[in-house]
Amino acid sequence: MYRYDEFDEAVVRDRVTQFRAQVKRRLEGSLTEEEFTPLRLMNGLYLQLHAYMLRIAVPYGTLSGRQMRQLAMIADKYDRGYGHFTTRQNLQLNWPKLADVPDLLSDLADVEMHCIQTSGNCIRNVTADHFAGVAADEVEDPRPTAELIRQWSTLHPEFSFLPRKFKIAVTGAARDRAAVAVHDIGLRLVRNDGGEIGYKVLVGGGLGRTPMIGKVIREFLPRDELLAFLEAIMRVYNLSGRRDNKYKARIKILVHEIGTDAFIAWVEEEYAKLDGPSVNADPAELARIAAYFAPPAYETLPAVSESFEAAKARDPDFARFAATNLFPHKVPGYTAITVSVKPIGAPPGDATSDQMRVLADLAERYSADELRITHVQNVVLPHVRLDDVPAVWAALVEAGLETPNAGLITDIIACPGMDYCKLATARSIPIAQEIAKRFADVERQALIGELGIKISGCINACGHHHVGAIGILGLDKAGVENYQITLGGDPGEQAALGQRLGPGIDADAVPEAIERIVDTYLEIRADPGEAFIDTVRRVGLDPFKPALQPTEARLEAA
Amino acid sequence: MKLLDRHGWTASDVVPVPIEALGDGDAVLLPNDYKAADLLPLQSRLKLIAIAFPKFSDGRGFSIAKALRAQGYEGVLRATGALIPDQFAFALHVGFDQIEISDEQAERQPVEQWLGALTAIHDSYQNGEDGTASILTRRRYAAEAAA
Repeated sequence: MYRYDEFDEAVVRDRVTQFRAQVKRRLEGSLTEEEFTPLRLMNGLYLQLHAYMLRIAVPYGTLSGRQMRQLAMIADKYDRGYGHFTTRQNLQLNWPKLADVPDLLSDLADVEMHCIQTSGNCIRNVTADHFAGVAADEVEDPRPTAELIRQWSTLHPEFSFLPRKFKIAVTGAARDRAAVAVHDIGLRLVRNDGGEIGYKVLVGGGLGRTPMIGKVIREFLPRDELLAFLEAIMRVYNLSGRRDNKYKARIKILVHEIGTDAFIAWVEEEYAKLDGPSVNADPAELARIAAYFAPPAYETLPAVSESFEAAKARDPDFARFAATNLFPHKVPGYTAITVSVKPIGAPPGDATSDQMRVLADLAERYSADELRITHVQNVVLPHVRLDDVPAVWAALVEAGLETPNAGLITDIIACPGMDYCKLATARSIPIAQEIAKRFADVERQALIGELGIKISGCINACGHHHVGAIGILGLDKAGVENYQITLGGDPGEQAALGQRLGPGIDADAVPEAIERIVDTYLEIRADPGEAFIDTVRRVGLDPFKPALQPTEARLEAA
Repeated sequence: MKLLDRHGWTASDVVPVPIEALGDGDAVLLPNDYKAADLLPLQSRLKLIAIAFPKFSDGRGFSIAKALRAQGYEGVLRATGALIPDQFAFALHVGFDQIEISDEQAERQPVEQWLGALTAIHDSYQNGEDGTASILTRRRYAAEAAA
């Protein structure tokens, strides 16, 4: 894991002092509310429906046991003893007080953490594959790149007052778990014909009210040119992105309106003018960063663990967990455990401070002192010996963290919705809870297999509904919550936006409709190995359309 | 209007005129949607370029300044309009020399706040037009010195 040097430390400490002074100037009236708002947003502080909400950065989702334990302490000291893991691999606190925030930031700085650029019209916290360094299909660990981007983008003098927020994601694997195609900039580490490693650069993806898949603007960018090329993209966007309408201000709209070819030409023109060496990181600097992400000291182990196999044979609950929540590790005898923060019937992504402490302990004891937050709002223990999985599982059971649903139908992404968010037009969490309850049976979930449901409580799409295999969008229709269902969305390497299945339905009809969609899938799938998304790709939406109709109408149609 | 630079309040008799009215003048005021490249033919005779900031939250002026410096403009660069003290360091970093603000703002945000904001964050991850060596650059120097 990356460790701050004296420079990184000083920046974060200075930012705390600066924010403390900004709060004071606001309270004294030297800063107007209008002037203060972007300053607090750039430090992750939102004014929400009931209170302030603070978003803590977990850069590229990686943190240590000590950091997780500090988050637990902070949740107890300044909030109500729990936190919410977000789709940008961050942690949100829903009830901090403005006056406490500077002290809270100082406590974060004690463990090399901050809230810098977790909100606001700036370059946001960069995200990466949560199985970085674990997955066998990886060209390279994406986190050194992500850390370099974190540093370069931090308090960037030129790019802190952009037309709109700006999100960058990096993956180093063939299987895209970082959803790079739906980011403002997506970077895929690739190897060219000459064997050199560089980046495929996608620009203009995004969700929100105008969802778009990112366009490739460079097939291969040499690694050493990354920051200057990013700077060229950012300058084109800062100068030419729309500022007349916040809903048309993201870079995806610029790319769409002028066309991909014209956008490429603008970026390349800007890039040609740039003094690359003044911007790019020295290769030695990237190497310095990369050294922090060197693999932990793995033991040489057999690929099969007898104690692990015996535990599975002994305990069907453990076997179920092992079948769903483990991800193959590239090193024999190891595995990555996805700890589901989606127990049936609870708000997705919420963890108590006690649970955070358990995760911290487990990371220190069994996972090379490392944790990952996933964009699916779960937590990963990335380097666990197979021999240790039964012990980890027992501790998870104790903490209520053993839900065996990673990647399954109850592993739902949901935004906070109308329960917390002032933008929301409908509730999300209660819908997620109802669906999860309906599919609570673990055998049935396993039978259904991999299926991502994603729920947003308004068209801003924080719940990523556009890229849910089943997407649910909550709207307000004449004062009544109304939910639109989409099918076929995919955030991965075959990125696709979901298609609307039909007219919107009432909240209480949603679980039933989802059940009928799933039943239809089970009837028509080619074989049990054909995942839901693949069936939708093969047959299209038509076979699923009757699922939206009330039972009587379907009977009449039949 | 009040003018300040990195040392505090300052004064200037140079009054920039809009680009359309420039004639053979040597001080121009640009709107923040102006393309820096269009100024290339005449920049060598300009003593002062002022860039308008109609709203502090509109950051286009930062990129225009950076682009002007990148294409070799060496005269005075002035940001004029609604910048706030928290942006002062950014403005100097991208190549501005002066900030011009309204009297109302100068009263609400006295010079101490502007100068104080300059040193709020001591280090920067980016190399600056004002000579700031980035953290990345300084790490390299440190490594070279140690070698």
